[in-house]
Amino acid sequence: MTKKLLELEGISKSYPGVIANSDVSFDINVGEVHALLGENGAGKSTLVKTIYGLVKPDNGRMSLNGKHYVPGSPSEARKAGIAMVFQHFSLFEALSVAENISLGMESPPNQRDLAKKIKSVSNSYGLPLEPGKTVGSLSAGERQRVEIVRCLLQEPKLLIMDEPTSVLTPQEVQILFETLRKIKSEGRSILYISHKLEEIRKLCDTATILRLGKKVETCTPSKTSSNELAEMMVGSSIQIPQQKKREIGNILLSLENIVSKSINTFGTSLSNLTLDLHAGEIFGVGGVAGNGQDELLSILSGELIAESGQIKLEDRIITADKPRTRRELCVLSAPEERLGHSAAPNMSLVENTLMTASQSQHLVSKGFIDWEKTRAFTEKIIEEFDVRTPSIENVARSLSGGNLQKFVIGREIQQEPKVFVVNQPTWGVDAAAAASIRQAILTLADNGAAILIISQDLDELLEISDRFAALNEGKLSDALPTRDLTVDQIGLMMGGKRNLELSDAKF
Amino acid sequence: MLSFEKRPQPSKFWIIFTPILAVILTLIAGAILFSTLGKPPLESLKIIFWDPLFHPNYAAYSRPQLLIKAGPLILIAIGLSFGFKAGVWNIGAEGQYIIGAVIGGGVALAFYPYESIIVFPLAVLFGAIGGFLWAMIPVVLRIYFKTNEILVSLMLVYVAESILISVSQGLLRNPEGMGFPGSRNLNQYASSANNELITGTGLHWGVIFALISVIFAYFIFQKHTLGYQVKLTGEAPKAAKFAGVNPNLIVFFCLGISGTLAGLAGIFEVTGQAGQITSSFNSGYGFTAIIVAFLGRLHPVGILLAALLMALTYIGGELAQFQLQLPAASIQLFQGMLLFFLLAADILVNYRVSRKRS
Repeated sequence: MTKKLLELEGISKSYPGVIANSDVSFDINVGEVHALLGENGAGKSTLVKTIYGLVKPDNGRMSLNGKHYVPGSPSEARKAGIAMVFQHFSLFEALSVAENISLGMESPPNQRDLAKKIKSVSNSYGLPLEPGKTVGSLSAGERQRVEIVRCLLQEPKLLIMDEPTSVLTPQEVQILFETLRKIKSEGRSILYISHKLEEIRKLCDTATILRLGKKVETCTPSKTSSNELAEMMVGSSIQIPQQKKREIGNILLSLENIVSKSINTFGTSLSNLTLDLHAGEIFGVGGVAGNGQDELLSILSGELIAESGQIKLEDRIITADKPRTRRELCVLSAPEERLGHSAAPNMSLVENTLMTASQSQHLVSKGFIDWEKTRAFTEKIIEEFDVRTPSIENVARSLSGGNLQKFVIGREIQQEPKVFVVNQPTWGVDAAAAASIRQAILTLADNGAAILIISQDLDELLEISDRFAALNEGKLSDALPTRDLTVDQIGLMMGGKRNLELSDAKF
Repeated sequence: MLSFEKRPQPSKFWIIFTPILAVILTLIAGAILFSTLGKPPLESLKIIFWDPLFHPNYAAYSRPQLLIKAGPLILIAIGLSFGFKAGVWNIGAEGQYIIGAVIGGGVALAFYPYESIIVFPLAVLFGAIGGFLWAMIPVVLRIYFKTNEILVSLMLVYVAESILISVSQGLLRNPEGMGFPGSRNLNQYASSANNELITGTGLHWGVIFALISVIFAYFIFQKHTLGYQVKLTGEAPKAAKFAGVNPNLIVFFCLGISGTLAGLAGIFEVTGQAGQITSSFNSGYGFTAIIVAFLGRLHPVGILLAALLMALTYIGGELAQFQLQLPAASIQLFQGMLLFFLLAADILVNYRVSRKRS
């Protein structure tokens, strides 16, 4: 019988108004990769934070190697042999790799010994790292390596990885998996958090599925189909969006050599961006976050005006047109950030409708707002897109993420755009809502609109887009038909020049 | 243990009830304050809140004072509420109010002793223009040089005060004033006098304009896209940009309105209650109006009620000073407490108190 490393018994934690975890029990064996699977908001993060000593559970107990385990802080957890790689890295960009690693250590050796150690550990796990390099110059994949190496130097018994692939290209994912298998072969355990089913089926020995804070089941993912896993995760079967054969029409929108500054100091500027968007086409833009996605959307919504280059809507040049003019021309968009950008959190849904729909729906005449008409249009959005809210007078922030996203997307689609640009349409949205949003986008394309969809979710792009291109450091790769793409090609497109080579994964 | 829990939706009940709760708390704290000063607490409160309106001897004088004092407060606070809703912080209404009085009053004085029906309207017009232009200084600096309007507008109050001292001793000084600082009395110059329109009510032109401004603001915020844009800019600047709102236009509009209304308050004050342009005619209405704006929840009707309450504490405070020898500072403290309790009670709009086991 396999030996248990960590046992969780009846862990419960509630926050005001939310039950994050309720009576969760499962065991992690020595030398296994254990998946924690669940939708956004299922309670995965709270649970691992409990294990890592960041959150105190209201109820329940944990034991490590048979002994009672009550971590009071992350440093106690680290001493007990538990290390964690967070989804968002905690690295200082201005410092070198070695300096960053030594900062996280209890008693760091001198820099030269540390550098040697970093080299040997990173090479032996297939994660080559240059200790003297500044972190600011590293890609997201390389930064993650720094975090992993930092953990490995502590010789942990359990390594927790929170959504590690969300920032990686497919090739980088391959490399990461090799590393994780190597770590496992040394008898260490890994707790792997994700909502990507295929990854989990490939990598993990056991999977515990959480839904609404409760454990649904612990199973063997390789013996369970993706569909079964998904159903356990979501709690019902999902309507898979229907792809119809679509007629691709003339070019509706074209961008030519667009150059633009970034929105803020940490943003990415766009350089020489060129693309054509046809009627009835869904154009997918992939790429790791922070490579110019926000800028691309702002250039098209009119919030950011390009320094040079040209945007053309059919025969009309709209490069310098303001957001309202573009809305009048039926070029509509939905930014990524729901609360604060595409919707005002403390304003009612009716007021939020007025925000972008006033031009196309003629909700304002001679400066006066027609609230009756605005309410009617809000009702229509809510009905068509199945937005669950007690009333249209509720403020935007009172809606769940999925419902608000349905509202924001619905608000634009209901206006029947000619061109629709959307960034991260299903980010942080439950699976059922995501499926209905994708379906709405497909239907919009069926009706002849041109759609640009920017997303971090490759599966989403592959599922619904006709052509695919990737953004890398503000440059757009050539666009290829999605149907013929291989995962390797996508990775190369996403990685740009700084692609981590596959050979890195060889030992 | 008690803790605060965020409400999913702002409480409609508390939006209305917080100012009332703040008033109640102020009354209690005020009673404690007065009793520690050795004054009878209930008697003091009665003198401040009841006597100005209903005392057989004083009410005849005090009651009209209520509108006279509330008029400028309403005008200025309504103007401020536009900016405060948009996140444009005009702290310098006092300066705009002073400059309105100086420019408008200067125009009226230029006509002296010529009597004509046109003098008063012209003075009012130029008062508004003066306040507007003074408010344009922070607007221009913010739009073109990205300066902070809080600092600039506040600093301009001190500049305005210096100008006021200078003109009341120089340019606009009454040549027949025996060398005393201060202009001719505009209230005694028939063409420019802003007198009571109905005797015994305190209703003057400033009050009429104040009521118009309340209706105007209510209308703009309920029905007009400009009011909506102001609100959107304050609530979510990024969303406002996405919606296509021009942030510079909002800064211009908000400060323009508040400067204009403050300038109007200035000219009505200087042609009415104050009479003369002196270095101390202003009595700090521009700052008190900030309290009024927040106490009224930045809502036009709320501001109307808050200004009346504030005016009452002024009048009642004077009465209490006179009758009970309460120090003037204790009355200011009392007014300050009102804002303090309001801001503290404000948390109940978005949070609820919950009892939690530890």
